[in-house]
Amino acid sequence: MITLKVNDKSYQVDASPDMPLLWVLRDLLGLTGTKYGCGVAQCGACTVHLNGEAVRSCVTKVSRAQGQNVVTIEGLSLNNDHPLQKAWAEFDVPQCGYCQSGQLMSAAVLLRENASPTDQDIDDAMSGNICRCGTYQRMRQAIHKAAQMQKEGGKS
Amino acid sequence: MSSKKIFIITVLALATIGFTVMSFREQPAAYSKITTLPKDSTGSVRAFMSVYRVLKSARCMNCHPSGDVPLQGDDSHLHTMGVKRGPDGKGLYAMKCSNCHQAENSPGLHAPPGNPKWGLPPANMRMVFQGRTPRQLALQLLDPKQNGGRTKQQLIEHMTSDTLVSWGWHPGLGRKLPPLSHPAFSAQVKLWIAKGAYAPAK
Repeated sequence: MITLKVNDKSYQVDASPDMPLLWVLRDLLGLTGTKYGCGVAQCGACTVHLNGEAVRSCVTKVSRAQGQNVVTIEGLSLNNDHPLQKAWAEFDVPQCGYCQSGQLMSAAVLLRENASPTDQDIDDAMSGNICRCGTYQRMRQAIHKAAQMQKEGGKS
Repeated sequence: MSSKKIFIITVLALATIGFTVMSFREQPAAYSKITTLPKDSTGSVRAFMSVYRVLKSARCMNCHPSGDVPLQGDDSHLHTMGVKRGPDGKGLYAMKCSNCHQAENSPGLHAPPGNPKWGLPPANMRMVFQGRTPRQLALQLLDPKQNGGRTKQQLIEHMTSDTLVSWGWHPGLGRKLPPLSHPAFSAQVKLWIAKGAYAPAK
């Protein structure tokens, strides 16, 4: 059995230590907000936070996450009110939506480490998350907006 | 006390003192393991040129790029996804090396290779291999201001024993090995230094 802490909740899962964390989250814990994209860490759809870092859960073995803190899109905020989620809604960012949970988890790391990101900072943080609908410009706008909301006392 | 007992105690005491003295003598030797051979500029440079071929191979050079973007693949193209070095060489924001690169190679073609130390040299000590001539690279490797403050002994240790350097010979599926085996490379590094650590003329 492997012990995991996901979104502040403890779980014991019966999984092989080399099972990808993504499969554990989706198939064993039912947290299906995190998506499977490429399976080789090249698209970013499966991004979750492991001890605050935006890891690709498709190539991260569950053994790496044992006893560590995992946060998925379901745990980014209690009421979908993270500044990024609010800004995402305001700018109508998603089109098909498939990549968006990964995009939000990556953007959350950026805003935690850089409260006032420039366009270049946003590119540096987000260029590993692919969006086939091409919502990049709206994501950039929304990240700027979320940064502003965060500075004005919005929840981070 | 019998003379036999006195004799045994004396022998044991002398042996203890002897071992203690020898161990103190051997300790400094542990810090100066460099083998020195008669100075031989031709032999030293020849050994370095073998070392150079390895350092310029994709497995070494890809993490010692001339810019702030790592290189990828046997053709050393710029790392896709816009990955950047970052101040500590471990990437930026959501694009940190260990977000994709695990402690070991991920299985399968085109899956990320891995090592616990995966990363580039830090921004304040970039240790560039790409584009360096043999002379430039030899001088750079020997200069503590450009090699991470390493002495020649530490340089040998880094190049022959570091686990991330050694990864170059266990690169996972679909990646070409350096042109020399790891033992052959290590031997040439040691030979280069032992014969005087000469830099090629160009």
